[in-house]
Amino acid sequence: MKLNDVKIILDAEVIVGEEHLDLEVKTAFGADLMSDVLAFAKAGSLLLTGLTNSQVIRTANILDIAAIILVRGKKPSTETINLAKELKIPLLTTKYILFETAGRLYAKGIVGCLEKVENNSVRN
Amino acid sequence: MKITVSETENTLYRDSFEIEGGNFNKAGIVSTSIKSLLKQMGLAAEVVRKCAIVCYESEINVVSYARKGVVNLTVNAETVLIEVVDEGPGIPNIDLAMQQGYSTADQKIREMGFGAGMGLHNINSYSDAFDISSEVGKGARLLMTINIKQ
Repeated sequence: MKLNDVKIILDAEVIVGEEHLDLEVKTAFGADLMSDVLAFAKAGSLLLTGLTNSQVIRTANILDIAAIILVRGKKPSTETINLAKELKIPLLTTKYILFETAGRLYAKGIVGCLEKVENNSVRN
Repeated sequence: MKITVSETENTLYRDSFEIEGGNFNKAGIVSTSIKSLLKQMGLAAEVVRKCAIVCYESEINVVSYARKGVVNLTVNAETVLIEVVDEGPGIPNIDLAMQQGYSTADQKIREMGFGAGMGLHNINSYSDAFDISSEVGKGARLLMTINIKQ
């Protein structure tokens, strides 16, 4: 689906990246721990998180994350917004909690960027 | 055995980047630059991604624990070498530090979304070769090798 569909499903507000709403997305990863995001998230996925500091944008940049969805109505700082603009990463915010955000997207066809972790390993 | 990074005739690119300890506002700047640099060199996306991740986790470690650090980036025909050397407290027990879930992070580090004892584990798992050494009271040295042909 397009990022614009994600916006509609989540009744989300676009903070950065109004011009990127035609971006195609198929997968997502949700976590507040950036090391877990670095361990598991795949390029081109949506990142669902409740963390709002600039490291979320850095992490998304490192991984080529398609867009960031802030959950639980979180509002990022000006610094975070500016970094998202600089690195051209769409940033949206939704009032839905993480569980609802994931569930609503999953019901419409977005899947996890992986289903299960492998035995005692972050990857490989 | 300490693996040393030396310039050879195969070296295509070499540069160093300084990291400021304790400054979370700047954490990630070096990794972002290195990532775009490697991308510009035309390396495969998966290679760039692995380099960027190990570099970023290392940078977060330097910012979190050390006074300062430096990333020495060397691109050879077959490998990307990322050496991160810091001046700081060092790591008293490397085996323990490598264990998934072990962390000495404070609240500030955790608020940034790190400090859950995943960093070194992630670095190790994304590297094709990984070497770590430390002298307590002086600092730590990490050497990550990423193969260009995956």
